[in-house]
Amino acid sequence: MEDLVLLDLVERYLNGDMNITEKEQFEKLRRQNSELDQLVVEQQMFFANLTHYGERREMKHTLHQVHMRLLDAGTISETSEEENLPPVIKFWHKNKRTIAVAASIAGITALSITGLMQAFAPKGSQNYLQQLSRKVIQLEGVQKAQSQKINALIDSTENATKSPDKEQLSGGTSFLIDEDGYLVTNSHVVKGASTLVVVNNGREYLATKVYDNVNNDLAILKISDKDYKSKGRLPYDIRKGTVDLGEEIFTLGYPRNEVVYNRGYLSAGSGFMDDTLSIQLSISANPGNSGGPVLDKNGNIVGILSTRDKQANDVVFASRSINISKAIEELKQDTAHTKLNSPRNASLKGLDRVQQIKKLQDCVFMVKGY
Amino acid sequence: MKAESQDLDILEGIARNDSRAIEKVYKENFGLVQNFILKNNGSYDDARDIFQESMLVLYEKSKQAEFSLTCQIRTYLYSICRRLWFKRLQQNHRYGTPVESLEDVVPVEEEIEEKEKLDMDFTLMDGAMKSLGEPCKSLLEAYYFEKKQMVDIAEQFGYTNADNAKNQKYKCLMRLKKLFFAQYKQAD
Repeated sequence: MEDLVLLDLVERYLNGDMNITEKEQFEKLRRQNSELDQLVVEQQMFFANLTHYGERREMKHTLHQVHMRLLDAGTISETSEEENLPPVIKFWHKNKRTIAVAASIAGITALSITGLMQAFAPKGSQNYLQQLSRKVIQLEGVQKAQSQKINALIDSTENATKSPDKEQLSGGTSFLIDEDGYLVTNSHVVKGASTLVVVNNGREYLATKVYDNVNNDLAILKISDKDYKSKGRLPYDIRKGTVDLGEEIFTLGYPRNEVVYNRGYLSAGSGFMDDTLSIQLSISANPGNSGGPVLDKNGNIVGILSTRDKQANDVVFASRSINISKAIEELKQDTAHTKLNSPRNASLKGLDRVQQIKKLQDCVFMVKGY
Repeated sequence: MKAESQDLDILEGIARNDSRAIEKVYKENFGLVQNFILKNNGSYDDARDIFQESMLVLYEKSKQAEFSLTCQIRTYLYSICRRLWFKRLQQNHRYGTPVESLEDVVPVEEEIEEKEKLDMDFTLMDGAMKSLGEPCKSLLEAYYFEKKQMVDIAEQFGYTNADNAKNQKYKCLMRLKKLFFAQYKQAD
């Protein structure tokens, strides 16, 4: 209670509400009592603060009112002409930045997804596998020169070139499956060619495509030239059973205009992406080897060379020999080719490789598609 | 440039919290400030805020007897707004090339410093008032700000007589004082 009385006194003193005698008494008291003096100072400061607070609040209030009044009167404005624009444009102005960011994110996401898709999606074998048919353009010059040389060397009168006066589209290898001039090769070797010429020992023969299966990439050609003379029974057999891992194999083919021998081994029992109709070989093969025979050490056909892995060295894929047998069977259904016989004469067994090759050479033909 | 006599009248008006004087200053200068702030990365709300804060500075100054305006109110206000706004941009780490208009500027560093101190005092008292609670808050407001008579206050708040109301007022004031000084110490 005393405090309150004291406070009242101080307040009255500070407000100047005291009469002269009261004031004199109070000031005397103040000088004597330092606590009271302290209280007065403190109170003075506090009141100053409080008053100031009140005034400032009042001023803020006035400012707010003035602002609202002027806004209502239209003297000041907190909107720009933008407000009169259609909502879509307003939305755009308002969210420009967000939209830009969103668009960028969408773009980046789309790109990364595309990238990921490309990285993870199973690749078309085209990207990884290179078909070993010869890209003729790169060899064209050499080939022409060589053909001419060969033709000049061999019996120039009788054996004029059968090559039509057109640009060669493709090239590859083929081999006989019947002594009557049936040759097997890859479908992609003869793809798109209207004229086919097969070459053996420098002699050219015209051939026609009598069977084509793009799915297992096999084609059978028939030499249609009357010049062609049977060379007697084919010295090899088409092997029926499976080939064992690590088994030695060799091939003959025409990556150049000269027949080329290569040796390797079976490195896997299946082909690219676990294709069980193919086998994987470790052998060096080049464009032009496509369609070449893959032979085991006894000189029997175990497959037909078709593609290689672009991303690895010496990883070559060959179609299994069973596919050749199947193709022959299918072709035999055709009445024109009933006389076709699979070769079944394993006569190369036991011969050394040089002898084997000498005999095989006559049965392996270069294919040129025009 | 010397302040014009018209400006001095207005300044007096502002000191008295005369809404006509305030309105006049508001009308003549708000657009300029708003434009400046909008051009410098600010919003309409920022413009209102900054302008009213500088009006408060002008108000505080106008109450000081020793203050004499050495330039036009327009220049003075604009300079304060500009300073306040750049400071705020800096605090928010929003930089940008300042876009200036062709207005004159006067140095206002002292004003800004003083303003910050006053802002702090205001915040402290505001905090104390807010944590005081009712009816103390209204009672004190009625007596000290609205300058009502104790008799009227007693009637308004339902006290039986003015003396009771007065007692209550003193109790409230003591509480407020305690709260204020407690906060004051904390702030120091």
